[in-house]
Amino acid sequence: MKAKIGVSWSLLHLINRNHPIDKMISLKKIRKAYRTDFTTLEVLKGIDLEIASGEFVSIMGSSGSGKSTLLNVLGLLDDFDSGAYHLNGESMKNLSAKEGAHFRNRLIGFGFQSFNLLSFKTADENVALPLYYQRVDRNERQKKAREYLERVGLLDWADHLPTQLSGGQQQRVAIARALITQPKIILADEPTGALDSKTSDEVMGLFQDVNDEGITVVLVTHENDIAERTKRTILLKDGLIEGDQMHMSTAKLSINV
Amino acid sequence: MNRLPLFDRDTWQEIFGTIRKHKLRTGLTALGVFWGIFMLIFVLGMGEGLKNGVFRNFGDRAMNVLYVWPTATTVPFEGFRPGRYPRFTLDDVDFVHNNISDIESISPRRTLSERNVVVGDNTESTEIRGEYEDMIRLEALKVYEGRYINERDVADKRKVAVIGERTRELLFGDDTGIGQYVRIDGMPFQVVGSFGPVKIESWTEDDMEAIVIPLTTMQQVFGGGQRIDYFVCSAAPDVRVSLLENKVVKALKERHNIAPDDPRGVASDNLEEEFGSIQNLFGGITAFLWFVGIGTLMAGIVGVGNIMLIVVKERTREIGLRKAMGATPVSIISMILIESIFITSISGYLGLLCSTLLVGGLDAIMVAQGTNFENFHHPEVDLSVGIGALVLLVVAGAVAGLIPALQASRVNPVHALKDE
Repeated sequence: MKAKIGVSWSLLHLINRNHPIDKMISLKKIRKAYRTDFTTLEVLKGIDLEIASGEFVSIMGSSGSGKSTLLNVLGLLDDFDSGAYHLNGESMKNLSAKEGAHFRNRLIGFGFQSFNLLSFKTADENVALPLYYQRVDRNERQKKAREYLERVGLLDWADHLPTQLSGGQQQRVAIARALITQPKIILADEPTGALDSKTSDEVMGLFQDVNDEGITVVLVTHENDIAERTKRTILLKDGLIEGDQMHMSTAKLSINV
Repeated sequence: MNRLPLFDRDTWQEIFGTIRKHKLRTGLTALGVFWGIFMLIFVLGMGEGLKNGVFRNFGDRAMNVLYVWPTATTVPFEGFRPGRYPRFTLDDVDFVHNNISDIESISPRRTLSERNVVVGDNTESTEIRGEYEDMIRLEALKVYEGRYINERDVADKRKVAVIGERTRELLFGDDTGIGQYVRIDGMPFQVVGSFGPVKIESWTEDDMEAIVIPLTTMQQVFGGGQRIDYFVCSAAPDVRVSLLENKVVKALKERHNIAPDDPRGVASDNLEEEFGSIQNLFGGITAFLWFVGIGTLMAGIVGVGNIMLIVVKERTREIGLRKAMGATPVSIISMILIESIFITSISGYLGLLCSTLLVGGLDAIMVAQGTNFENFHHPEVDLSVGIGALVLLVVAGAVAGLIPALQASRVNPVHALKDE
């Protein structure tokens, strides 16, 4: 089994030879349960996962398989009960709220199915939000926000409120917001879930561009065609990794673990 | 680059954004605090007016003035039998003035009652008072027209008279009478002014009718030697008049050979005790007004806290997002706290302003219209009360926002972001 994984890593190395293969994410026996007064629901039952820097990964699984929980743990939005999690070489165990906020702000960019833009802020103000928490000067924030809006092709919409933008445009604003802090990793939960196929295509193109720049992208999806546009798909079932699959643009490489 | 969130335009943009979105709700919340602080300051201002009204009835003399007069002794002492009346003279006044410290000013008085007073065809019968120039201050009377007797009048034994307002009216009608002559028991005195009480009460009738002349002139014109009826003195600032009273009485008893343990012989009176009990009463009333006012204010503050809880609930998703974007708990707490303090401070400040204007306006109208209520005078808001109220507001705003802010800081971004 180990040998097979070894093959997959070296293959990945061949595919992304421009990117160094160091561990961006390392999960060891991650467990997570939700407890109510009466029941305990085990969602993650011991996840072992490594994602290298510069990878483009999709997480799939039926509902209740734990894929969103896994993404939340990866994004430090939720803590885990046991196991070890290293992000960019640092342990993420028992972080204080402040440390968590710091790592989220510096290392991670988020994408959401419903975009989560603030309705009373204009596009550029939304994009600038993470920099506010880095205490970046207001003018500097605005300048950078416009720069990133230009990158996603929405500079002309900078002064518009989210309600004046289409779904695809809103998601692009959200991606610009995720990128503005120059994160090491982008985590997105069903980023195309609310979009039509054409717009989904554009958004995936954008994620591809981001990944081409060397940023690690991990997204949760339940759509096969979206997953196929990533370079690696992790399949979750009942809180465990059931499959880990490599994609290549021409020939698909499947390795079942 | 590192600034307090208070000085960041974004923080204020957030607050104004929320307020704009919920104008009515914010307005009603603000009204609660506005009304609370308005009532607090208003009732305190009115309480102050009541207090000023009651204390005005005492007049200025009430606080630190002492009356001393002779009465019959009751204890035999050094060969003197009881029942003797000591006789007070100007020498006693000089003695007290020169030998007892802590006396601010002193004036003797001798009264001649029911004297014939004639101006032209008008004849009146009235009381004549022989005094020193300080008496008007000690008794807290006021000059209506012209002037009171002065030091030179006393020293030169001038034949001048200051007449009570009602007597002036009877003798001179519409004329001030100043410069004219009034005959007292046939002796002409030049009128230099008219006087009367600050406020007309049943017990100030005499002050409306009496005629005041220098005591020195009285002694020369009407005889009676150095004798006086009584004297009035005031204690120096920060000296309790009851302590002065003890010293004066003791000295005079010694001087007139009266037994130190004789409860009579030298009688004296001051209003310190009554003044003190009324002061206590008003202390109690003020405390009660604070209690009621703060109670009203508390209701407003609970309202703000309640609304902030709803605000936090409504903005759960936004707060979750902010946390995902790297907001620390402290930055979330300060965001909610600043908003709460802002709403309470602005609305409270407006309440403070309105009530101060109302109390001040009421006072101005009363002054302009010459309104004179029995027990109400010059309502006012103390500066310290205003500052206290402002400090209270900021603290209140913080308290009102604290629970909602803590709740906001505990928002789990995962649940918040799921919240569709």
